[in-house]
Amino acid sequence: MASGHPEAAARFVANDDRAHWHDQAVWWIRQKRDTASAAVTDWEALRGVAAGIKRHVLSRLADYLEEFERNATAHGVQIHWARDAAEHNAIVHKLLTDRGVTKLVKSKSMLTEECKLNPYLEARGIEVIDTDLGERIVQLAGEPPSHIVMPAIHRRKEEIGELFQIHLRTKPGASDPKYLTEAARHHLRDKFLEAGAGLTGVNFAVAETGGIVVCTNEGNADMGTSLPPLHIACMGVEKIIPRERDLGVFLRLLARSATGQPVTAYSTHYHGPRPGAEMHVVIVDNGRADILGREAIRSALSCIRCGACMNTCPVYRRSGGHSYGYTVPGPIGSVLAPARDPASHASLPFASTLCGSCADVCPVRIDLHHQLLALRQEMAHNKLVPWQKRTVLRLTAWVMAWSGLYRFAGWLTRRLWPVLPRRLLYVRWNVWGRQRELPVMPRDSFGAKYRRLRRLRRGARG
Amino acid sequence: MASTRSSRDDILAALRRNAPEASAAPGLDGLGVVFADPFAELARSMVAVGGAYVRVADIAAAHAAVAALPQAGSAKKIASLVPGVGQPTIDLTAIDDPHALADLDLAVLPGELAVAENAAVWVDGKSLPHRAVFVITDHLVLVVHARDVVSHMHQAYERLAGRSRGHGLFISGPSKTADIEQVLVVGAQGARTCALVIVG
Repeated sequence: MASGHPEAAARFVANDDRAHWHDQAVWWIRQKRDTASAAVTDWEALRGVAAGIKRHVLSRLADYLEEFERNATAHGVQIHWARDAAEHNAIVHKLLTDRGVTKLVKSKSMLTEECKLNPYLEARGIEVIDTDLGERIVQLAGEPPSHIVMPAIHRRKEEIGELFQIHLRTKPGASDPKYLTEAARHHLRDKFLEAGAGLTGVNFAVAETGGIVVCTNEGNADMGTSLPPLHIACMGVEKIIPRERDLGVFLRLLARSATGQPVTAYSTHYHGPRPGAEMHVVIVDNGRADILGREAIRSALSCIRCGACMNTCPVYRRSGGHSYGYTVPGPIGSVLAPARDPASHASLPFASTLCGSCADVCPVRIDLHHQLLALRQEMAHNKLVPWQKRTVLRLTAWVMAWSGLYRFAGWLTRRLWPVLPRRLLYVRWNVWGRQRELPVMPRDSFGAKYRRLRRLRRGARG
Repeated sequence: MASTRSSRDDILAALRRNAPEASAAPGLDGLGVVFADPFAELARSMVAVGGAYVRVADIAAAHAAVAALPQAGSAKKIASLVPGVGQPTIDLTAIDDPHALADLDLAVLPGELAVAENAAVWVDGKSLPHRAVFVITDHLVLVVHARDVVSHMHQAYERLAGRSRGHGLFISGPSKTADIEQVLVVGAQGARTCALVIVG
């Protein structure tokens, strides 16, 4: 458990300035989301319909995937199926090598991050260029994204300037976002023009039409798919929606929830390749069918990857995306990661205050805090929680179950607490007391105060 | 492809096995906010997404409005797919390889409809000899007829329902990013400016 969320978060908050800066930066996006959603008078109706569409889709995923396959094939798209990350990576690699492609431009795809496609291809001699600016920044820095919408949100502009000075030959000391973005534009233009293939994620795949929709603000997906002769789109099985008109619902929700924009700058609908080019769609399960079978967490598959839950999460904002140790951080990642691999991500369901703010902002109304609680119970049941925590919880449950014992424990604490020396109270395992003062103990219990008040009232009436 | 065939069957079987009980798809009736003055809302949205908005009476006035744009004045390589608007210097249909468009300064393209709530303009791929045009150009002008302005996205998809499906997209303003310290920078990988001209 040494590499869990608490330990990684402790490293992040050790830099107090950065932790506060990160908190504010992320909160600002949450506020933009609030303004944008409040301006839409049918927002709650929209969320309800979106949740309903996703619920419906999950009950008929296989049917809709087959319908999508039929219709996309009719448009000249070649469909591939991958059970897991290894199969996905092998399919993409074969598509590239069969055509002699050595340079691949990628637009943002959390699925390929999940499958660790980049290192797989790089180890086999293919140059992979992430073309979303934030993704390119973290790629150059040799680190994973820390946010699903803003991959480099943890980086200060001065650090990005230093990175670009090394890799893009920008001026020493330059940190103006406009200047750095312009440098990246020229750098990436060259990459787009010389690429042999473009890879994109998929925001929505429409069963009824066999089309896929990719949303970006930068236009990098459009650049990457309109120049090279090969377009590979990778999607999880849950990206399917039944009808094209459902896009009206999701496109109204997605960007407003993500960044507070009314819609992304580019929402591109692909139905087949350009003349003379090829288009392939890789449909990936990688554990999703298992999540579908688990009632308590299956609605996590409704996620449209807007990032609103992380922007609002008090734990994410203060601990940073990297502390989660998973491709998708924040509340939704804290469900998805342990769902896939409970032993490696046992601390994540506890990286939450269960305040429910994530569920409040979720555009598809995933009950994230309930899911996190369910996963905590599962972790405890499977003994994936540290023994100290389990012991304390068992002890607490025991005390709470016996009212006499509970009253005695309270009485004892109220008397012992004020007289114990500090060094006994603030011992190493008093985690609460590390950054805080313990509360001042009241003289009486709530029960005693309540009874006294009732006696007084009765006396006043009589 | 034997192995991928069985992957397909495995995945579909697992999704069927684990599917929750049936839940009906909700209707979309009543969604969307209809604006009393969609043009005013469209203008407001266009400016909010970093673009420019102008409404003119006819094609001749659209041509004049485009000529008056500062980005048009300095443009050397110009393409136009809207007859009578802009002064094209190249013929897109005569170009074989989209890489030749890397130095395109200005593109004037027809939009099939414009959505007031978010300034999204539908550009149909069938009208473009090359998909790259709208994103590779430095500056973009979209021309939409006034009768093709709708209030919201649900109306937009109703209008698009009857088309034959190929490549197409909604463009809302210029290319942009806020990936460096959340500072909005207009002109990321795609068009640096985007002007919407409403005719009629």
